[in-house]
Amino acid sequence: MPTDFKPGCARPKSSLLKTNVEDVFDQVSLKKEEKSMIKVGGPAPDFELAGYFQGVFKNFKLSEFKGKWVVLCFYPGDFTFV
Amino acid sequence: MSVSVDSIYVHKMWNDYELSKMVEGGVQFPMLSDSGGGVGSLYGVYDPDSGVEMRGRFIIDPDGNIQGYEVLTPPVGRNVSETIRQIQAFQLVRNSGGTEAAPSGWRTGKKTLKPNPELVGNVWREWSVKDDD
Repeated sequence: MPTDFKPGCARPKSSLLKTNVEDVFDQVSLKKEEKSMIKVGGPAPDFELAGYFQGVFKNFKLSEFKGKWVVLCFYPGDFTFV
Repeated sequence: MSVSVDSIYVHKMWNDYELSKMVEGGVQFPMLSDSGGGVGSLYGVYDPDSGVEMRGRFIIDPDGNIQGYEVLTPPVGRNVSETIRQIQAFQLVRNSGGTEAAPSGWRTGKKTLKPNPELVGNVWREWSVKDDD
């Protein structure tokens, strides 16, 4: 049966329904490294992402903003309320 | 710049249909699409369980170094004026070549400190909590 969820700022959780075999597989893949690359005073990891700006779509590379102060803001999703 | 896992098309719709009604001329910075959360993972703000990125805010200086960050869970918004205050403080420090420091609560025009051996133990002479007001 479909269940209700309350709309909020976080996207509703979704998950794969696991069989036993997939359980084992998951445990193997959980060994992924969980190292954080972020350190204040250290370099911001560079990236290139597609973006929307003033009516046009373009690719933006962080390193192209060298020489300027940049504020990078992550958020859960468009049309979430806050 | 802002980043979420939404597509650039949804960014456009959000800007055109809602945000442009809140901010004249629409959003004044690029809205980036990080589908899959790869960049968010690099910055430690992607939550694979919910498939979205937390409210992480990073201040990056002209050399490409992170000077500060703040991460909030989804239901509470950030304070833009605090971000601007921090950037102004970092700019002041940078322009002074590191000879000046911005004390707690510093705002543009307020007293800065010039760290040197004589200042050790004497900050109370130079600065008081009231300077915050």
